[in-house]
Amino acid sequence: MATGVPIEFDSVTKRFGDIEAVSELSFSVEPGKVTGFLGPNGAGKTTTLRMLLGLVQPTSGTATIGGSRYAELENPLATVGSALEAASFTPGRTARNHLRVYAQAARLDASLVPAALEKVGLADYADRRVAGYSLGMRQRLGLAFALLGDPGVLVLDEPINGLDPEGIKWIRTFLRELAAEGRTILVSSHLLSEVQQSVDEVVIIAKGRLVHRGDLADLDPAGNQQVVVDSPDREALEAALKAAQLTYTELRGGFLVSGAEAAEVGHVAFAAGVEVSALHKQKSGLEETFLHLVGEGGSL
Amino acid sequence: MNTFIAGLRAEITKLFTTRMWWVLAIVLFAYIALLAGGLGALFGAITTGKITSSGETPHFGTLAPLVYSFATSVGYVFPVLLGALVTTGEFKHQTLTPTFLANPRRSQVLAAKGVASLGVGAVYGVVALVASVGAGAIALTIFGVDTTLGDSDTWALVGRAILAMALWAAIGVGLGVVIPSQVGAIITVLAFTQFVEPLLRLAASFSDATASIGKYLPGAASDGLVGSSFFTISSPGAGVLEWWQGGLVLLAYAVVLTIIGHFISWRRDVT
Ligand SMILES: Nc1ncnc2c1ncn2[C@@H]1O[C@H](COP(=O)(O)OP(=O)(O)O)[C@@H](O)[C@H]1O
Ligand SMILES: [Mg+2]
Repeated sequence: MATGVPIEFDSVTKRFGDIEAVSELSFSVEPGKVTGFLGPNGAGKTTTLRMLLGLVQPTSGTATIGGSRYAELENPLATVGSALEAASFTPGRTARNHLRVYAQAARLDASLVPAALEKVGLADYADRRVAGYSLGMRQRLGLAFALLGDPGVLVLDEPINGLDPEGIKWIRTFLRELAAEGRTILVSSHLLSEVQQSVDEVVIIAKGRLVHRGDLADLDPAGNQQVVVDSPDREALEAALKAAQLTYTELRGGFLVSGAEAAEVGHVAFAAGVEVSALHKQKSGLEETFLHLVGEGGSL
Repeated sequence: MNTFIAGLRAEITKLFTTRMWWVLAIVLFAYIALLAGGLGALFGAITTGKITSSGETPHFGTLAPLVYSFATSVGYVFPVLLGALVTTGEFKHQTLTPTFLANPRRSQVLAAKGVASLGVGAVYGVVALVASVGAGAIALTIFGVDTTLGDSDTWALVGRAILAMALWAAIGVGLGVVIPSQVGAIITVLAFTQFVEPLLRLAASFSDATASIGKYLPGAASDGLVGSSFFTISSPGAGVLEWWQGGLVLLAYAVVLTIIGHFISWRRDVT
């Protein structure tokens, strides 16, 4: 494995004709952590990442990886791995041949191809044409491409889109492991809830500008998330919550459970054989702050 | 290993890991075999007097090279299509992203693509010549016409025809970067090769002045390189380039188109 190196954006700006997609954006991303790169659709996340990867030429400013621009990297795929939003495959080619092509182009050892397919759980489907892949499988193949050179830096654009719940859980764990190995992980998303359980830090942009940079906890005055649950048999539900040692308060329309996910609360009720008549997430303080920062539903 | 060689390997792998190359190769083979066999038999019948044509007895010079050259005079559109399809496919399927991530030196990647296409174009040349020489020689033998397979001239023509097919594939790559829209590129290839250029060549052949320009048209240059073609025989007024001049003209088309395409599409933002 290559060691994780920092990513640095130094007042990058990108204009597409009249549209300023990214404006004077500066931030750095450190190794050993998962950094969430958040912003609503159209905020400029993809453009920013493409500038980092040398695919889009910045109008001004520089983006570097360990101090070098992408084009200057001696061994790009072994330094930075990336999976970008748009699925980029030739439908008539198999997953294995897809990876073989880029391993050859990047002068990587051929043995890295089966290793990458194995890591993302595609080994059994590697010789099928990509045309027959589901969206989730394509996401995994994109990730296999990112992991191909066993890079110290990973840049993933909306990797959770299109993944099934099992895939989402898998990728979260996987990213945490990669960060624990000392790699630099930058993951974009337009949904805070998608990444809030798996990131250490966040960079939030809106309309191409930086609006927040720091720990996720800084965003959340209340500090935890809450779930509303109700049952025709309130007493049985309360007993089940108590038995599961969940913190809750009684409301008129059920119970407000703190510090647990909806899935967890639902499971508790199910395991206790209690019928559930309502189960939903209470908008967290985190989410409210996020929406306020990016100017949606708030007054920014 | 040098990054250009690595890129060349990757581009060759790209070409041979989808069905397109062999689907086109099969159609090419069948088309040329049919044409060379059929027209070889027809011309053979006429020259040997088995069929009497009205008017003058046609004089086709040596018939064999004419029949063999169908491989290029008709088949050249196949390597062009292949080159254009693989290049425009990079835009269509957004595979420029992984391609440029694996090697950010874009002009090097484009050069590797052009050189790799020369290889697959040569393979198409072999396919087309097996079809034209195979089916053509059988047809000529049936009518007792000399197949000229013992002549070194015939094999020199075969070699030049393979070179022409290789160069046409590189022209296809150049065209693909000039017109990155796949549909646009296919329409352009078909319209130009099947319609526009034949008409231009015909028109150019009516006066000496225009003929001296007309011989630089890509199809005419290709016929010049190969050294025989039904077209040059059917419009004898058209000038013909020396074989090496024809080769250089085709190479120039490939290089110029590729360089123009590099600036038009290849080095643009990939969004
Ligand atoms: N090639 C392009 N030409 C013109 N505008 C573009 C292009 N690519 C992106 N944009 C614009 O730039 C802005 C940011 O887009 P993008 O980076 O894709 O945002 P995000 O990934 O955060 O959704 C949007 O307004 C988008 O319409
Ligand atoms: Mg995006």
